[in-house]
Amino acid sequence: MTSAISGAQGKRAARRLPWGPMARLAGRRALFAVPVLLVVTFGVFAIAAASPFDPVKAYAGTAGLTASQDNLDQLRANLGVDRPLAARWWEWLTSALTGDLGDSSTLRQPVADVIGERVGWSVLLAATAFLVAILLGTALGVLAARRPGGWVDRAVTSLAYTLEAAPPFWLGLLAVWLFALKLGVLPSGGLTDTASSAVTAGQVASHLVLPAGVLAVSQLPWFVLYVRQGVGDALGDDPVRGARARGLAERTVLLGHALRSGMLPVLTLIGSRVPELITGALLVETVFSWPGIAAATVQAATSVDFPLLAALTALATAAVLLGNLVADLLYGLADPRVGFDG
Amino acid sequence: MADIVWRAHGGVRRSTRAWRVRTSAVIVAAVVLAVLVVPPLVNLDEQAVDLAAKLRPPSLAHPFGTDDVGRDLLLRCVYGLRVSLLVGVVAAVVATVIGTAVGALAAASGGWVDRIVMRLVDIFSSVPHLLLGIFIVAMFRPGVWPVVVSVALTHWLSTARIVRAEVLSLRSRPYVDAAISGGASRLRVAVRHLLPGVLPQAGLAAVLMVPHAIWHESALSFLGLGLPTHQASLGTLVQSARGSLLAGDWWPTLFPGLFIIVPTLAIAGLAGAWRERINPRRRSELML
Repeated sequence: MTSAISGAQGKRAARRLPWGPMARLAGRRALFAVPVLLVVTFGVFAIAAASPFDPVKAYAGTAGLTASQDNLDQLRANLGVDRPLAARWWEWLTSALTGDLGDSSTLRQPVADVIGERVGWSVLLAATAFLVAILLGTALGVLAARRPGGWVDRAVTSLAYTLEAAPPFWLGLLAVWLFALKLGVLPSGGLTDTASSAVTAGQVASHLVLPAGVLAVSQLPWFVLYVRQGVGDALGDDPVRGARARGLAERTVLLGHALRSGMLPVLTLIGSRVPELITGALLVETVFSWPGIAAATVQAATSVDFPLLAALTALATAAVLLGNLVADLLYGLADPRVGFDG
Repeated sequence: MADIVWRAHGGVRRSTRAWRVRTSAVIVAAVVLAVLVVPPLVNLDEQAVDLAAKLRPPSLAHPFGTDDVGRDLLLRCVYGLRVSLLVGVVAAVVATVIGTAVGALAAASGGWVDRIVMRLVDIFSSVPHLLLGIFIVAMFRPGVWPVVVSVALTHWLSTARIVRAEVLSLRSRPYVDAAISGGASRLRVAVRHLLPGVLPQAGLAAVLMVPHAIWHESALSFLGLGLPTHQASLGTLVQSARGSLLAGDWWPTLFPGLFIIVPTLAIAGLAGAWRERINPRRRSELML
């Protein structure tokens, strides 16, 4: 499959990453992403065309209520609203490729600037939450898998199912009540204290704790249940029983053998959690007024800001596809039998 | 949100599982009763404003307390559950009908129709559900129907996959071949031999979709994009409780959330038992 595994190059070379096949997989996925994004953006335009949404009124805003019919007709012609759906979509697409995603009507700035300003905060929030969810989920999952059916297992599993059913916005509000209002230990939202305008690392860190924690908790059940399943299955496998038979310590067996093989199926699915992460971020960023891209999406939806919504839907789809690619790359690396042919 | 299905694992005793299923059944029955019977029977006005009794904490007179204009929260939650459940069930049924039709069409047609339809299903699965739902609701303005349409249009994809796989697997069974060589018409094969196999799977998918649909409806309503406030759903209740919560009163937020969680777990518990019955071999699989 790869030259990296040829024995003559010795042990060092065998550990080298198979860059060639990985790059080819990424290239194939990039090619697949083109039709996906074409179809999704066209679908977005088609839904807007089928809806009662009127771009002219949205563009004119409150001024549209008092404008004369002539002015509105002129605006309609300028915006090219009368042209067929496919033509408008194609024009949007070609200018998007040059970096011009149109102007956001609510935030009164170019869509590209909105994304540029906010995407970093969303990535920070999502990455922190994801890391916490993986670490905490692995720990709880291993604890539960140690004795299936025991009280730890039952408590952890029940908690996981309950958290899975709980809406993240509700968890967020309760967290605000407990930590910001009752205990007063953490700020309830935003990026910085209202008094200060400068964005400092310390302020951001303290404002990050609650939203990232709630987002992590909303992603947690999935990790707990999968790690529990993976490690539980691995505990019955021959390598683990072999390790036990050799008299290795329980700790070594659990963490060195069972966890390693049990984490494999979890690893491949990490990247495929991007849709759920985006869903959670939409709710959590809104609850905590986090200045990220998901909160902007909700704002855009509330005021029917089509250019912003269209761009953010395309961006989210691209993020999901990237997540899938990362998942397959990780799986191929972790398990050479899988390879990079997908 | 991922599907929640109680997983029967080796360590849990049969009695525990039976207890779980029975509890779920009791809760689901109670929810259905509360939603169908309470509103016409008790004849109380859930909108009844009592400014003298606003934001009372839970007590004997008001087990869930009262909201910021003195409305009884237990009654509001029951009515909210009624609206949410109605939206959830209708959306789940619509999504299942679309999914079954598309899946059956793809499987029955085969060839390029199958390939194009399933590729489109793959493509639209790449858009996060809630985001697409938000987009649809935003374009069609808030209201009950946009929410139903938005939830239904984002949830039929998995059903289409399930139904297609089931039809393909049924079509390769010997008894279907026997019926075809015996001269049965296409319609007869479809109705007599394929439909009975597909219906339980589609029905299970529909039941599992109800909690999803409620979850999505409440999320949309919470974001202010769902149901209007006079048709209080569980999501709208949480949304309108935000002001009280920030003033330190927890009960208007807590109880509507519990009304989402408990029925979700109960429905998932029942559906899990059902799924084990119709797919006994997949018992040990974790479905999320």
